[in-house]
Amino acid sequence: MEDKNIKEETNWFARAIDSDIFYSFTRSKLVMVAAFVTFAYFFIALFAPILATQNPFDLGSLDLMDGLTPPAWQEGGSSKFLIGTDDQGRDLLSAIMYGSRISLAVGFTSVFCAALLGISLGLISGYFGGFIDTLIMRIADIQLTFPSILIALLIDGTVSALFPEVRREDSAFWVLVLAISLSFWVQYARTVRSSVLVEKEREYVQAAKLIGLRPFIIMLRHVLPNVLGPVLVIATINLALAIITEATLSFLGVGIPVTQPSLGTLIRIGQDFLFSGEWWITIFPGVALAIIVLSVNLVGDWLRDALNPKLR
Amino acid sequence: MSDTILVKVENLDRLFDVSKPLLNRIIEHEKRQFLRAVDNLSIEIKQGETFALVGESGSGKSTVAKMVVGLLEPTKGRIEIDNLDLSDKNKVKELRQMRSEIQMIFQDPFASLNPRWRVEKIVSEPIIAFNLESENEAIIKRTGELLSLVGLAPSDGRKFPHEFSGGQRQRICIARALASNPKFIVCDEPTSALDVSVQAQILNLMRDLQDKFGLTFLFISHDLSVVRHMANRIGVMYLGRLVEVADTKSLFKNPRHPYTRMLLDAIPDLEMSGKERKPIEGEIPNPINPPTGCTFHPRCPLANERCKREIPASFNIDGNEVTCHAVEEGRS
Amino acid sequence: MSEPLLKIKDLIVEFPTRRALLRAVDKVSFEIAKGEVLGVVGESGAGKSLTGAAIIGLLEPPGRIAGGEIYFDGQRIDNLADEQMRHLRGKRIAMIFQDPLTSLNPLYRVGEQLIETIQTHLPMNKKQARKRAIELLDEVGIPAPETRIDGYPHQFSGGMRQRVVIALVLAGEPDLIIADEPTTALDVSIQAQIISVLKRLCSERGTAIMLITHDMGVIAEIADRMAVMYSGQIVEIGKTYDLIKNPKHPYTKGLMGSIPSMSGEVKRLVQIPGSMPRLNDIPSGCSFHPRCSKVFEPCYSKRSPQIKVGQSDVACWLYSEEDKK
Repeated sequence: MEDKNIKEETNWFARAIDSDIFYSFTRSKLVMVAAFVTFAYFFIALFAPILATQNPFDLGSLDLMDGLTPPAWQEGGSSKFLIGTDDQGRDLLSAIMYGSRISLAVGFTSVFCAALLGISLGLISGYFGGFIDTLIMRIADIQLTFPSILIALLIDGTVSALFPEVRREDSAFWVLVLAISLSFWVQYARTVRSSVLVEKEREYVQAAKLIGLRPFIIMLRHVLPNVLGPVLVIATINLALAIITEATLSFLGVGIPVTQPSLGTLIRIGQDFLFSGEWWITIFPGVALAIIVLSVNLVGDWLRDALNPKLR
Repeated sequence: MSDTILVKVENLDRLFDVSKPLLNRIIEHEKRQFLRAVDNLSIEIKQGETFALVGESGSGKSTVAKMVVGLLEPTKGRIEIDNLDLSDKNKVKELRQMRSEIQMIFQDPFASLNPRWRVEKIVSEPIIAFNLESENEAIIKRTGELLSLVGLAPSDGRKFPHEFSGGQRQRICIARALASNPKFIVCDEPTSALDVSVQAQILNLMRDLQDKFGLTFLFISHDLSVVRHMANRIGVMYLGRLVEVADTKSLFKNPRHPYTRMLLDAIPDLEMSGKERKPIEGEIPNPINPPTGCTFHPRCPLANERCKREIPASFNIDGNEVTCHAVEEGRS
Repeated sequence: MSEPLLKIKDLIVEFPTRRALLRAVDKVSFEIAKGEVLGVVGESGAGKSLTGAAIIGLLEPPGRIAGGEIYFDGQRIDNLADEQMRHLRGKRIAMIFQDPLTSLNPLYRVGEQLIETIQTHLPMNKKQARKRAIELLDEVGIPAPETRIDGYPHQFSGGMRQRVVIALVLAGEPDLIIADEPTTALDVSIQAQIISVLKRLCSERGTAIMLITHDMGVIAEIADRMAVMYSGQIVEIGKTYDLIKNPKHPYTKGLMGSIPSMSGEVKRLVQIPGSMPRLNDIPSGCSFHPRCSKVFEPCYSKRSPQIKVGQSDVACWLYSEEDKK
């Protein structure tokens, strides 16, 4: 038994290396670079506490005297702060590392929640059809008329009204996740629904019905695995969108507070100083944001093409 | 073949709702629209025989197949298999037992196997679902047997569907269909996606299995030459209605209904006898607004006023069940 | 016999893939005379559609002609520039596809498409072209062509669409029509109608047709000669009657035997074991040998040349002269 499992594993690995998707991956240098950058970013964000020289969230360790230090190569710069500091004396490089951590965490969590919600509703909607389908799809339509910023404000307001004792710092993360996933689930639901509509007419699903399996089992075992391809693509592209949305919300002040700056918050802080010559506070987080979004998007685009047999 | 009737279908109707969405209907002041895919259809299938339903696209033959296996609910009418009414909600246990005795083979062997499952998992799914074997080893053994039965190797079970050709996939489908020891198998165009030489393999295999296990087949096809080869009795469908039912021999030798004659006349002549054929008139009308009376009347060379008005009833002539005014009146 | 309309010599079509170079059509040679109907039959993957696409220059990349020559009306056409080929296509060689919708633009009225095609090929003004379009629609058997000409493709049924496509193809008055499974998507009764339209037009206008299909019945109805293809090669070519009544190649024999007959009682159909080899796994020698019941020594190592047997050409060692000695 043991032996068999090992064989299975190597088979699986060999198949992955041998697959068309891996092949198309190795054929495009751009995608390889994008994937490398994405993973490097994940790595840095994950190990920020080890890699960073300073914990920018620990207000006690900040020294206001270091505030607004320009990058090291400029006059007045210090080798201690490679790309300068913000007004509170935070090392920008460390702040970007920690900020990316928050941005990515918000991105992943909200994409996960949105996907979970969207896939479930899409499956139910597509598989059962009829009234429940109409209901879910109309809710989705209504959902689309609200921009995520409005939802975030709404949730933010509701939370602070309902739980006045909760501090902004603690609630901000989940408010963001809730707001972003609520505005993103529609896309998953629609995609899954249309795939399910196709798959459920497939004869293997009919064959499963014939042996009397319950709808829930059929959805889970037969339909779901076969509709996940497009979902994976949307999830990747949505990750980039979620990161941007998080940045936008934080920039507008509905998101992560200044005490624990995410990339968007950093850009907002820097904006106040942009015209007084301290350009680095906005530019570096901005560039970091652009690079991560671009990389994730490139990977997503490639995934979409690679999984689409028509374009191959 | 015995004289016991295994499958009995009585006055079966099936409507499909083809209306536009509610909002459109309200704005455009339109009523709901229904498509009558199957209209008052009755058939009896004897134990061990192959009964074929033939017809062109839109004749409703696949809808009948789906209702008989229980994939679709009939709008009206009864389906009885082995004297058990499929709509009898009081007999849940018996019906579940019955399910294992009815199986279906589908048209497209590329869509009828879950692409992400290994063949062994696909074939053993019914065994597990119906609790026919509980021991893991017994399941593996049975799966291997089934694969050998349809001419594949038990080791093929480790592979994925995409590693097989169309004919081999259809064999896998048959193996799966046999997994629950069925009595009755509905075959919906089982070979129309296959090449002729592969079709011959599959048809021969189906016959062998029928002899071996005493299976009863409901065979759905548009290909008259295949039907002639496989079936004992044939029902010809046109726009949801059965126009003629007869033994295979008498249907091909002595077709009564004008539509049956037209169909037979349309088969390309492989014998190259050089016979002149009557040109075929018209096309199948839109089933949402079928013609009045006998639905075949706009294309029928024998149609008269009565055909436009009155829906014909079926009657027996020399063993053929025919639904035609002209034949009844002796006008043909 | 005069110069053939189409002459193909040792045509090779290859598909480079990342794993291997796949040869889908392997040294195919045949001729089509003026006004002749040549049926090309074979099972899926035999390379029959690719042969047709290669002739008309519509091979989808990365597929390419890797060898051989194609002559049309005495002129070599396989190495023509795109521009010249486009000129030939539609005007002198036309194509009918399985799905009529691929040849019709859903956004334009049928008449507009017909008139445009007519005007591209013939020097006519709009009014004349419209008149001609109506004539064409009438000719392919569309009832009330004067009103139907202003309909959109979706307003036509499958069979009527295929008739429109035939009318479109006829607009250029081509010498050769390549019809790739023109009736496969249609019901039997409609199929018979389309076959008879093709048959009539061909004899009236002297148009040659290369009819690609897997349906032996269709070929029997309309083709003068037929070629049987198997894994990229022609295994037998000759008069349709000879091939159907008296097939020579073991594959053709098996193919004929596997069709359920409409007369007589057959308990079991003849079946050829196995299935057509995949392109990346073509056996050595005669590619049919693993499935052949008559396989013997030379089949394993070498492919047979076309051998004249009666009126047909058969690629099988069974008919080799050396063997007969």
